Amino acid sequence: MAITRIGNPAIADQRGVNFRNIIINGGMDLAQRGTSFTGITSGSNYCLDRFTTVPASAGTWTQTQSTDVPTGQGFAKSAKLDCTTANGSLSANSLLYFQQRVEGQNLQYLKKGTANAESVTMSFWVKSNKTGTYIVELFDNDNTRQISKSYTINSANTWEKKTLTYAGDTTGAFDNDNAVSLYCFFWLAGGTNYTSGTLSTTWTANTNANRAVGQVNLADSTSNEWYVTGVQLEAGQVASDFEFLPHDVNLQRCQRYFQTFTSEDRMYALQYSSAYRALVFSYICTMRASPTQSFTALGGSTTATYATVNSIFRYINLAYTSGTATYIHSLTLDAEL
Amino acid sequence: MNITNATYLKNQEGENSEIKATIDGKEMYVPLDTDNRHYQAIQEWASIDGNNIIDNGA
Repeated sequence: MAITRIGNPAIADQRGVNFRNIIINGGMDLAQRGTSFTGITSGSNYCLDRFTTVPASAGTWTQTQSTDVPTGQGFAKSAKLDCTTANGSLSANSLLYFQQRVEGQNLQYLKKGTANAESVTMSFWVKSNKTGTYIVELFDNDNTRQISKSYTINSANTWEKKTLTYAGDTTGAFDNDNAVSLYCFFWLAGGTNYTSGTLSTTWTANTNANRAVGQVNLADSTSNEWYVTGVQLEAGQVASDFEFLPHDVNLQRCQRYFQTFTSEDRMYALQYSSAYRALVFSYICTMRASPTQSFTALGGSTTATYATVNSIFRYINLAYTSGTATYIHSLTLDAEL
Repeated sequence: MNITNATYLKNQEGENSEIKATIDGKEMYVPLDTDNRHYQAIQEWASIDGNNIIDNGA
């Protein structure tokens, strides 16, 4: 049997390639921070791991990890956004989107900014009572360039699979580092600052007015809700089947950005000198950056720390003559983008 | 991200080694790492008139 290798400078088809999904937790299975958050009106709000909801002058929202999923597709969870206070008259600067941020060092194989830049394809399952046009935007944070594609929710309250392909961008390379290079925006509402131009369907220098043209206002009724799952972004012009990863692999990928420990996960301090104790703690896995820590401390006040991407060294003000046990618990480590 | 206060904490050598801050109503310990999003937000917050990262010299 003669076997011929088909030369192909571009990635036309990612089927069968492991870790082809650029999106982490696209099946919405992980929610380390909690499964429901209410009263969301502003800022960047994490519920499902790696995904953030960002509203501004666009109503009040509850985001939830839901078990409402498309039938027979293998998904167990979805992300749900539910409008609890409506805004039917958006301000010019109003916006609402669901987003994931991607490190540049995970995107180098897309060869962005070269003549061989790869196309990418975004696929996902979506459901909403509000039909109409929605926008998914890719935004290059290193070069302030963007491209938007629209999709239509055709039938109310029905899971639909959507596939959007974006051409490769021969201008502007992604930085090869641990900072955010790519924003993936699922727009849900936008004021005229983002919708008054012409939708930018090819890569171009950013003009805000062209980013979300045609986007319906999901914030216009407290009856509105939006679900999404199976989010996959991959190189090439073909949407392959969603890549289901083992739970432990999925969890560890999320733990690069966020780790949480319960009140039973106690980390005790050891005597370091006559005046201080020291808590030395290695993370579950290497984190993206030195993490922000939040915790409950018992048995002594903490002073400064040395935090790296691998471990914490924290001083506790307690002399060796004290018989008090010192430990921290309920620790969270946040190195999100 | 709503930052209401921020204070440098010093290590045993007397150098600033982290920032204790209240962010979104929660007490957090933020490393001096320019790749950390809370550190970035604190720097932005501190650039606004009236906001300061307290350096108590302790």
